[in-house]
Amino acid sequence: MRVLAVVLSSPSDSGWAEVVGAGRAAAQAAGGVLEVAVLGPEEDVTQEVAREAWRGGAERIWLAADPVLHDLSGDRYVAALTEVARTVQPTVLLLRADALGAELGPRVAWRLQAASIPDVVGVRRDPEGALLWIRPMYGGKALAAVRSHRPVTVVTVRPRAFSAQPVRSGDPSPEGIQTVSLEEAVRTVSRVRGLEHRKQEAAGPRLEEARVVVGGGRGIGGEEGFRVLEDLARLLGGAVGASRAAVDAGWVPGHLQIGQTGKKIAPELYLAVGISGASQHLAGVSGARHIVAINTDPEAPIFKAAEVGVVGDWKEIVPRLVERLRERKRADPQDL
Amino acid sequence: MRIVVCVKQVLDPELPAEEFVVDRAARRPAVANPRWVMSTFDEIALEVALQMREAVGEASVVALTLGGPSADEVLRKALAMGAQEALRIDAAPLGEPDGVQTAAALAAAVRAHLWPVDVVVCGRQAADTDAGQVGPLLAEMLGFPVVTNVLRARPGAPGTLRLERETEEGTEVVEAQLPVLLTVTNAECNVPRMPRVRDIMAAQRKTVPTVGVGDLPPEAMSPWTTLADLELPQTEGRCQMIEGETVEAKVEALLAELERLKVV
Repeated sequence: MRVLAVVLSSPSDSGWAEVVGAGRAAAQAAGGVLEVAVLGPEEDVTQEVAREAWRGGAERIWLAADPVLHDLSGDRYVAALTEVARTVQPTVLLLRADALGAELGPRVAWRLQAASIPDVVGVRRDPEGALLWIRPMYGGKALAAVRSHRPVTVVTVRPRAFSAQPVRSGDPSPEGIQTVSLEEAVRTVSRVRGLEHRKQEAAGPRLEEARVVVGGGRGIGGEEGFRVLEDLARLLGGAVGASRAAVDAGWVPGHLQIGQTGKKIAPELYLAVGISGASQHLAGVSGARHIVAINTDPEAPIFKAAEVGVVGDWKEIVPRLVERLRERKRADPQDL
Repeated sequence: MRIVVCVKQVLDPELPAEEFVVDRAARRPAVANPRWVMSTFDEIALEVALQMREAVGEASVVALTLGGPSADEVLRKALAMGAQEALRIDAAPLGEPDGVQTAAALAAAVRAHLWPVDVVVCGRQAADTDAGQVGPLLAEMLGFPVVTNVLRARPGAPGTLRLERETEEGTEVVEAQLPVLLTVTNAECNVPRMPRVRDIMAAQRKTVPTVGVGDLPPEAMSPWTTLADLELPQTEGRCQMIEGETVEAKVEALLAELERLKVV
């Protein structure tokens, strides 16, 4: 069993370590070897990521750096990944299930005639020795164990679902690193062309990558309330998200929506404020390590999902919490 | 211009978690009195397609589904919303098809019955499997490029579409060559329209044509992935409620909990 974790080292991608972690989990479960392929436009960045990947447990590293990968179009990356997979010949190929990965997984799988299993949060081995991939279904209301029936399987891994911790220190030996040239990707002409990008103003980490997410719902009551949640998120080094109700009300932009029809997050802490906890919302937070909820209604479903609950008016609790966190920060600037 | 929208009938995703039950042996939901609806993002796919038709002028929208006879209901809804035609592929020979089988059946039907096609529109993911695979797989099988997370589609330079799509950082506008496959996601600009009562009545009277799965490649006759298990996630119900007479006391207790969880 050869497990290949693929890292797309675009400068904005910081989620490579957990893909390596997922590969390590799969290799351990299957008694196989973990290899890591690093693809990216810049050689020095791929080298750097390769070193980190080695610390994450990779036995062998494949580097595929070419400036054509500045073009983040699916066509180009599908060609590149297919080329890498044909060179390395893995049994399992893992990718991060971000927007690009979610497109690449099935497309590359079809080109390799491999099974495709998306949005995986865990892996285990069944008694016969086959790998079972754990993934939420039905908006997180069920967990499925999925089995592949093909010789090769392409898996996409939900962001933050696996450990990103290194398992050793030091550097790989030069023999452990091989390069793959991307001839097919260079030849590929993308059929989709970017015309303009509009970046959302966002201070702090992105929702899917944040260690702490503060979510607001209908109970927040308006745009001004979200300013208070932003203060809290900033103090916790986190990001603000929202339920569909708050998005539909026009208080926050749609890209901050968390839930089945929005972003799926997996932070260390999800702090749900004024959110009742409809199943469509909970579908987006099932990966959170800890959920803490503040709500006036002690019967709100959010308290069934939460680990710690505060019954009360967020308009009193959150400003006080912000004040106390500021005091602590002043007392010890290293804190938080 | 011919636009095909792929729609799926699913168990109502709004069903509360307390009412969701699974039959572990059969590895499928076993909900009492299930309600079946058009998958959330497929309704949005239809809305994006209808807006595109309105912008293009000369275009037809066909709703396509793979399913049993009950799936005619989602096709009738599509007709009521404004699709001109509908086609159901009878899923019976495939049992419970996986993503590859679904995409293979859709690709075969598009080629055999709907060709030539300029645009195929799919939802970002189905509300039951949450997989999001059929769109990209279908694009590969048809040899089309794919643009994911589209919010709005408008005609571009000749032979192209101008597409607004959601990215991780905001939005971008791309130009895609036709033919193309789009997967759509939700935004304020594509909230599905409510069909008018008159159109609902008219759609009820229409018969929906049905075709067989056709000539699928032999490897698509059996699933590439199967469920080994389907279970309810552990909901621990261990919420520890913070007590306190005053707001200050509650906040101090909350801070202590956040410290215990090592997030502050």
